[in-house]
Amino acid sequence: MALDKNRLLEIFTALVKVRRLEERLVELFTAGEFPGWMHPDLGQEAVGIGVAMNLRPDDYITSTHRSRAVFVGKGIELKSFMAETFAKRDGTCQGRAGEMRFMDIDRGILGYTVTVGAWIPFAVGVAFSCQYRSTDQVSVAFFGDGAVDTGPFHEALNVASVRKLPVLFLCENNGWAQFTPQSLTASVPQISKKAVAYNMPGKTVDGDDVLAVYEAARDAIAYVREGNGPMLLECTTHRWLGHFVGDNQKYRDPDEIKECRKFDPVLRFQNKLLNEGVLTQDKVEDIEAKIKAEIDEAVELARKSEAPDPEEAMKDVYCSPGEGK
Amino acid sequence: MKELSYVRAINEALREEMARDENVFMIGLDIGLSGGSFTATRGLYEEFGAKRVVDYPIGESSLIGLAIGAAVTGLRPVVEIMFMDFLAVCMDPIINAAAKLRFEFGGQYKAVPLTIRTPIGEHAGADHTQSLEAWFAHIPGLKVVMPSNTYDVKGLLKSSIRDDNPVLFIEHVGLIRMKGEVPEEEYVIPLGKAAVKREGTDVTVVAWGRTINDALSAAQELADNELSVEVIDIRTVSPLDKETILNSVKKTGRVVVAHEAVKMGGFGGEIAAIIAEEAFDYLDAPVKRVGALFAPLSFCPALEDYCLPNKEKLITAIKETVK
Repeated sequence: MALDKNRLLEIFTALVKVRRLEERLVELFTAGEFPGWMHPDLGQEAVGIGVAMNLRPDDYITSTHRSRAVFVGKGIELKSFMAETFAKRDGTCQGRAGEMRFMDIDRGILGYTVTVGAWIPFAVGVAFSCQYRSTDQVSVAFFGDGAVDTGPFHEALNVASVRKLPVLFLCENNGWAQFTPQSLTASVPQISKKAVAYNMPGKTVDGDDVLAVYEAARDAIAYVREGNGPMLLECTTHRWLGHFVGDNQKYRDPDEIKECRKFDPVLRFQNKLLNEGVLTQDKVEDIEAKIKAEIDEAVELARKSEAPDPEEAMKDVYCSPGEGK
Repeated sequence: MKELSYVRAINEALREEMARDENVFMIGLDIGLSGGSFTATRGLYEEFGAKRVVDYPIGESSLIGLAIGAAVTGLRPVVEIMFMDFLAVCMDPIINAAAKLRFEFGGQYKAVPLTIRTPIGEHAGADHTQSLEAWFAHIPGLKVVMPSNTYDVKGLLKSSIRDDNPVLFIEHVGLIRMKGEVPEEEYVIPLGKAAVKREGTDVTVVAWGRTINDALSAAQELADNELSVEVIDIRTVSPLDKETILNSVKKTGRVVVAHEAVKMGGFGGEIAAIIAEEAFDYLDAPVKRVGALFAPLSFCPALEDYCLPNKEKLITAIKETVK
């Protein structure tokens, strides 16, 4: 099903937005402008964008340490995101979560804690809740190829399948779990093959082709939303930088690192749209300029924003009676 | 008033809370079709159906994970973990997620209304009988409740389910048949409040869980020897009701803290330290602690009995404070 021009431009804009956002975050973090860690999404943008742009605002996602593409695809507002990244009180989580543990309940972005694989069962629990409350919301669990080796992954897929829960299991396979390649750890490198063990459909798509991701995700989300049970969708992609900013990737073949850039999902889509006349060079520059302005504004505001008061370290540890929703 | 066993009191609390709020659901191993390993959930599947009383596959890690996901999207899960020892399997979602979600995300999650019910075992071997409340009292964001009797277990379980924070509710297999009186009408007991189970003037015993029974028997026996023992049941381990404990210490000047858990690193140490920090001037003797010996608890009865606290060991400790 062909997408109309406006939709193609929306997808392209989102792709560029996360690319430029991620580049800026790497720059800012390297300059020491925000605390914590930073795990760049560079190279993998088409996966998060292609999937998240098929979701409704009231659909839920669980994320990883490398999920800015999902957040941008879900329509986050950059000012509060950047303030959060800078650990400032105007952030969506009052500066406590940062960009890695980013959470935005209004957009169904549920947050993150760092144990790899832990959020896959949470996404199943969210789907359980949707089924219990008889809504047609969908829960999407994002995770990487490293997470599929964890116990919780296995348990979660089994339960989701046997209870026919409305959850899409979305694997971003970049072939690396931190510093370790899949060749050393995976008995079944093509992750979608595991779906048969859980009696659910599984599919692999080229995660660097944003339209392939978009179409596969659209079908998968529709399948899940219609109550058919869960599905496992694998998007193969490439991680350009190290696991985190500061990781010099000495464990990785330098030629392989260079090769990755050839799969650039943003350039690829841009060239396609230019060739098809959907984009012009002027239009590209226009989009880039608007995105730069938006990011610049968000960064400036974040820099000027206040840090939380130190006493807020003791706030919200518990919920008092009546404070719960 | 009516007489109920401890396990029937748990059952009533669950039934009442399930009837009161349709977002409350139960999930765990063997809790539905078979009514629970210790019959705590008997009849609830028949009454509320498969949607609300969920039999889960073996996998405590994803069980808690699923419950957390449900809890932050509108539901109030009551999870049963069959034995407290199995919490070791699901520590990550409990301490790294459930305890921290409200804080971590700046209160965007207004609540994580998760209740985890789990019993301490007895006569079942080292990996089936541990009392691990100290692990969880150490984690900001969790509440830890440990009732000692029928009346408390019902009132505290209802409050735990209604509490919007993650609550670890620790039951005891050894108390299942313990009888007690409960009101006919509905009642709740607030979390975070200790209770004076026996008034006294000479020595304070602070205890919780099954050890309260030993403490009360010890106090009764010592009364015949003209030693007046006050027994404080903390009921909630975290948040701890320091005020009730300290008021008693200021009155008696002598304290024994007793628990079933291993003494070394047990929560009794925390209470002893609080007393030393905040009521030192009122003490007429060092704080004494009674707890299990520092060894795994065997299924062999003679070995188990040797290690566990009991009335005699409590009496010995109490007498040492007045020597």
